[in-house]
Amino acid sequence: MLRFVLKRTGDGLLTLAALVTLTFFALRLAPGGPFSRNRKISPEVQANIEAAFHLDEPVIQQFGRYLWGLAHLDLGPSTRFRDYSVSDLIASGLPYSLTIGFWAVVVATFVGIGFGLIGALRRNSATDYAVGVIAVTGIAVPIFVIGPLAQVVFALNLNWVPVAGTDGGWRSLVLPILVLSLPNIAYISRLTRSAMIETMRENYVRTARAKGIGPTRTIVHHALTGAMLPVIAYLGPATAAIITGSILIETIFAVPGIGRFFVDAALNRDYPLVMGITLLYGGLLIAFNIATDLLRGWMDPRVRHG
Amino acid sequence: MADLSPLALQLRRFRANRLAMVSLGLLTCIIFACFFGPYAFPFSGEDADFDYISARIDLFSPHPFGTDEFGRDLLVRVLEGGQVSLTIGFLGALVAGGIGVLYGAVAGYAGGRADSLMMRAVEILYGFPYVILVILLSLLLGGGNVALFAAIVFTLWLTPAVIVRAQAQSLAKREFIEAARAGGMTPRQIVLEHIVPNCAGVVIVYGSLLVPEVILAESFLSFLGIGIKEPQASWGNLIQAGVSEMETDLRLLLLPGGLLAATLFCLNFIADGLRDAFDPNDR
Repeated sequence: MLRFVLKRTGDGLLTLAALVTLTFFALRLAPGGPFSRNRKISPEVQANIEAAFHLDEPVIQQFGRYLWGLAHLDLGPSTRFRDYSVSDLIASGLPYSLTIGFWAVVVATFVGIGFGLIGALRRNSATDYAVGVIAVTGIAVPIFVIGPLAQVVFALNLNWVPVAGTDGGWRSLVLPILVLSLPNIAYISRLTRSAMIETMRENYVRTARAKGIGPTRTIVHHALTGAMLPVIAYLGPATAAIITGSILIETIFAVPGIGRFFVDAALNRDYPLVMGITLLYGGLLIAFNIATDLLRGWMDPRVRHG
Repeated sequence: MADLSPLALQLRRFRANRLAMVSLGLLTCIIFACFFGPYAFPFSGEDADFDYISARIDLFSPHPFGTDEFGRDLLVRVLEGGQVSLTIGFLGALVAGGIGVLYGAVAGYAGGRADSLMMRAVEILYGFPYVILVILLSLLLGGGNVALFAAIVFTLWLTPAVIVRAQAQSLAKREFIEAARAGGMTPRQIVLEHIVPNCAGVVIVYGSLLVPEVILAESFLSFLGIGIKEPQASWGNLIQAGVSEMETDLRLLLLPGGLLAATLFCLNFIADGLRDAFDPNDR
């Protein structure tokens, strides 16, 4: 088990290192710089500004400087939001993003597993088909279509929740969380349904039922634990989907989280901010992938020794 | 029955799937409408009609689904946007699938050190946050359609590579490959003439799943303003334009959004049908 943990962590660090290197050089190679936009400034001023941000140094030296900063947990200054460091900006946006992401995962997991269970236990019934329709809708209708429609229906027409922003307290986060969880509800319910159907046919479930411990205990204690393995394996990709989705959600619902900062920073060539958020997302994704693998290894010896 | 090839059997199974067949029919209609529909109108999606600014739905006017705030015909714009989205979707899936298949087949057939090195690279790329990679790549390549296309392809060839590699690995141990080798075929010939054709089933199934993924990626980026840019239309940027007008006029959001959703529905059902037909052990 220790070997397994070490190997996965090593792989994760390698991926992160590759991500930092690739992103850094990709950004430096991209046409246009943070200060080369349509502002009319004299070349001397431009040179001074670039010198202040060390953009006049050779790329390798800039990379070294960046790594040195990273080692001191310093992500550098933002080039777009003057007077703010990347860490400040991330610290201001992260609470929103984490809140929305966390609750979206919770909602998606519980609702998804619930739907999947209903579908599997009442197979081919009307309920099963209804759940199936919801699942396909969640996969086929993109967030950026459902989100605005939900705004029109629940905020503009029914007036239940605010349209956008974060002034309404928890009420303004309801729509973003629900919309973000929708695609994952779809995937998780599909996974749970097919895994559950398969597990119910397994010998150990038949044994449990034959021993006469009742349908509820059979399902909860025996079948569900086995059926959860593919669902847990999906949690890694689900994190990626939540990250992707949160970029859209924050744009649609005007939530000042880091996803919005990222798009804004990318369009304005704010290198340090893009780097900082890429690192954060990459780190989160890798950490979740490792955690998922460990959880699966702990639950399923076939993964551990495979 | 006995003289049917496996492929014919699989096609027959696919044809028996009513949902998939209906989806295939609907998708064909959407494709035809997008590529030939605009010719039925005397104007293009970029022509402004100043007599009809922000016109509403009126089936008997020259603009049946109305116009946007520049007086451009909405229906024609949505159909033209469909051309862009569908082309990128199918071409992107084809190219990403092709790269993935070749990469996976080579890695799986070569085995040993080359294989573990190649798959290590794939694993590292897998760990990247996918959207961020697409956004960064399309920035690196300077925006524009080609950059967008390259960025999407670059991030989506990984899954086919992994799947084909597993298939190729088991094929490489089979007798007919050994026979081919003994018969003097070069590794290049073996990969192209034996490994790749024998992966056709999995490739078709996963390739069909790639198409909606590519279309979604394109419209996602165009929605954020990173992909296809005005005045060229794509479903993504039309939806974006529709969202900014949605408080007064939902039509601008519903038409492109509905067509995109319908396309994705069809593609998903077709992919499901293909998977059931080619891989009956799956359920």
